[in-house]
Amino acid sequence: MSAGLSDLDTGPGPLSHRLDTVALAESTSDVEQPYAELGLKSDEYARIRDILGRRPTTAELAMYSVMWSEHCSYKSSKVHLRQFGDLPRSEHLLVGIGENAGVVDVGDGYAVTFKVESHNHPSYVEPYQGAATGVGGIVRDILTMGARPVAVMDSLRFGRADAPDTARVLPGVVAGVGGYGNCLGLPNIGGELLFDECYAGNPLVNALCVGVMRHEDVRLAKAEGVGNKVVLFGARTGGDGIGGVSVLASETFDAEGPAKRPSVQVGDPFTEKLLIEACLEIFAADLVTGIQDLGGAGLSCATSELASAGTGGMHVDLDRVPLRDSTLTPAEILMSESQERMCAIVEPAKVADFLAVCEKWDVLATVIGEVTDGDRLTVDWHGERIVDVPPRTVAHEGPVYERPMARPADLDDLQADDPAALPRPETPEELTAHWLAVVASPDGADKTWVTEQYDRYVRGNTVLAQPDDAGVVRIDEQTHRGIALALDGNARFARLDPYTGAQLNLAEAYRNVAVSGARPLAVTNCLNFGSPEEPEVMWQFAEAVRGLADACRDLGLPVTGGNVSLYNQTGDVAINPTPVIGVLGVHEDVRTRVPTGWRAGGETVLLLGETRPELGGSAWASVVHGHLGGRPPAVDLGAERALGELLGALGREGLVTSAHDLADGGLAQALAESALRYGTGATLRLGDDAFTALFSESGARAVVTTTDPEAVRTTAEWAGVAVTELGTTGGDALAVEGVGELPLAELRAAWTATLPALFGAPEAAVGTVPAGTVPTS
Amino acid sequence: MRIGVITFPGSLDDVDAARAVRLAGGEPVTLWHASHDLADVDAVVLPGGFSYGDYLRAGAIAARAPLMREVVDRARQGMPVLGICNGFQVLCEAGLLPGALTRNSHLHFRNRDQRLRIERADTAWTSAYAEGQEIVVPVKNGEGRYVASPAELERLEGEGRVAVRYVGGNPNGSLRDVAGVTSEDGRVVGLMPHPEHAVEDLTGPSTDGLGFFTSVLKAVVAA
Repeated sequence: MSAGLSDLDTGPGPLSHRLDTVALAESTSDVEQPYAELGLKSDEYARIRDILGRRPTTAELAMYSVMWSEHCSYKSSKVHLRQFGDLPRSEHLLVGIGENAGVVDVGDGYAVTFKVESHNHPSYVEPYQGAATGVGGIVRDILTMGARPVAVMDSLRFGRADAPDTARVLPGVVAGVGGYGNCLGLPNIGGELLFDECYAGNPLVNALCVGVMRHEDVRLAKAEGVGNKVVLFGARTGGDGIGGVSVLASETFDAEGPAKRPSVQVGDPFTEKLLIEACLEIFAADLVTGIQDLGGAGLSCATSELASAGTGGMHVDLDRVPLRDSTLTPAEILMSESQERMCAIVEPAKVADFLAVCEKWDVLATVIGEVTDGDRLTVDWHGERIVDVPPRTVAHEGPVYERPMARPADLDDLQADDPAALPRPETPEELTAHWLAVVASPDGADKTWVTEQYDRYVRGNTVLAQPDDAGVVRIDEQTHRGIALALDGNARFARLDPYTGAQLNLAEAYRNVAVSGARPLAVTNCLNFGSPEEPEVMWQFAEAVRGLADACRDLGLPVTGGNVSLYNQTGDVAINPTPVIGVLGVHEDVRTRVPTGWRAGGETVLLLGETRPELGGSAWASVVHGHLGGRPPAVDLGAERALGELLGALGREGLVTSAHDLADGGLAQALAESALRYGTGATLRLGDDAFTALFSESGARAVVTTTDPEAVRTTAEWAGVAVTELGTTGGDALAVEGVGELPLAELRAAWTATLPALFGAPEAAVGTVPAGTVPTS
Repeated sequence: MRIGVITFPGSLDDVDAARAVRLAGGEPVTLWHASHDLADVDAVVLPGGFSYGDYLRAGAIAARAPLMREVVDRARQGMPVLGICNGFQVLCEAGLLPGALTRNSHLHFRNRDQRLRIERADTAWTSAYAEGQEIVVPVKNGEGRYVASPAELERLEGEGRVAVRYVGGNPNGSLRDVAGVTSEDGRVVGLMPHPEHAVEDLTGPSTDGLGFFTSVLKAVVAA
């Protein structure tokens, strides 16, 4: 693909060894250009010619090709995503959709910005660097808003856990997420790790970052003030990641296609750490008027977006860009996705101070241009004009498609295939065997193998982290104010019914934040789907967006931003629709946070919410029968809201000692995790239908422990939430009346063995401390 | 009592170390690697992180930072110095402590709550503990495997220079389960685990780590 570019710049042919300037483009309008190789369709190319009134130069073509890619332009998803922008404006939303990340008021003058982004395709091609730079990119988005990044999360999906390619991809991805985040000094506070055949060849790597600032410190990506300087700072520009957004993220993988590894970026977290500290010092000294990070589409994106969002005019002298590779062509420099770079708009009088801060942190900074009057973005290469475009046409007025949609032909059959017909355990022994199987399945198993590779302590404000349901971070040491975050994305539900599935995912993340005692405030999302050119995928996408928007309206939560990842398919097999939803909540006082594990015996175990016989898309059906069919659990957002309010009240009043959300694996999974966390069992009564009690995945439920069950009942009655007493904590087993005993030792052995058995257990050589068994003296 | 915390490019746990100093009752003083000014501090903490990206070898470049010359000089005169994780690596590279830290035997970064035994309760940084006391603090590193030649290990054991040892599982393959060592005079201590992450019930697995920071306040008064 870059061969196509250099042909025009330096290669043989009618333009041999000539720089493709605007003047040349005007006089050679019939030259054939390699737009298709750059991922542009013929009508898109025609539109570019129309906008410019001539053929684009090689450099202009490069800019349009990356900015009009699916990844950057959202051309297939835009018409649907508008529903998020149309939600009623929340009083908590300080900056909405459209900026690098939304900003939410969390009280006391604090603002929080958070966003989740995919790096799926690069992570399949080169797992370590793909995942690492995914973290790096989302951290820069948060930094760009003016915030100090304070934590990260990761939501990961791979093919079958025992597939050979999963053994190639997963360890690299985990090491990459850890390697980059650890080196940046950002605690990893939670996420997901799930497996499904549908992700073979299309793993999902979604990374979330959250940052904190004061209200007055919010920064925007705008180039304003004629004469202000454009400063590029951070790493040098190299040849990595060229076409990452267009040829990698916006096309379907093809087994026969050429290797795409050169399109993957390479990360240097040390440089990014310096960039973070330099930026925060620059913000504190008020040295910038606008700022943008360089991520997908690199300089093309940063310059056109800054200019487009500002007054419109900008000039860049591209030959001033510091390079790692002096042979790069201008077009390649514009498309390069080299990491750890930022672009700032700085008043001339402040440039010296700006450069001094960069020098202190050993960050390379170069003035590459300035804000101009007029409405053109112009780029020169050694004094010759190679780009002259209206920036809005590059950044914000790309193509928009109303893609055809069709309900998947197999959906009726799938929904009719009700798991109620599946054989159920007939004896107590079978029931406990199924319980053990769900808990020990790769999805249900202990995730310590992964999370031990992540630093959860750095910065000293992590109040809860994985395996708790939500990550909780203190943001003020004096007032104890803090935030809670959860990321959830059940794709089985979304496959059965994308509208309901997206709502269930939102409900789960909402519950996970609520069980920690936090008040949910805002939503972000990462929508991972197959090819938008397939009508059935487009229908799934539209349904998921509609479901999510409707549910956000019902719950009164704004969507602050998000990310769309399409083309997650190999050949004509798309992944299950995977809308990953993040919910942010606020803790007035993190000291009242509620953990998920049982610490003490003699406490009452209560189930909040109602259980219905809902097994469609359940972990039980999947693990025990390899079955996916029926309808997902019904959504009751009123019940979710009531439960959320109840959990918040119970937390604030200190009425519960633990709370655990019920989701994948239902009560069976929640009881096991609560018991195993600190090694405290329980004696339980699950009623006449222990099977449904254990494995149903009805929403709006949580299990709590308390020393004051009457007070919990009274509060629950006020909130309108049903309460069922399940039993009492204590002992070293989960003992269920009429079913039998599941010794914690056996449960723990099964639960902890799964991932090490699959991905290596090096600790065996030097002894191991099982999770949750370290005595805290 | 002024306790300096040095920030190198890539230091990460400097804010945590400063907090631990404050919670212990000391006054944390921010020190910058490129300066030659120790700002009249009474003791110094080298925090965890990835100084200079851990390029070349972990701690190797930081050990040659301008401020480290003053640290080495003052340490030789008895100023207490604590190196945590990357700080331990820096102290070994700077020649203030024996041995070296290499890639974990299992090749993974590992973060867990770790049981440790205090082997020496008479150093400037461990006097708040009892000899043989077991504590739990987080460990988190990718290059934390303590190594030294067999002869040197014998000498260190003989001289009682192993200050802290892993118990209940060795997280990184360190020889003889060594988690931390001390200088001959007991003023310089380096360890891979992170006591600064165990100073508050709210955020740590325990408050067992606070003892390192209260110890030094007494040591400075006594000196």
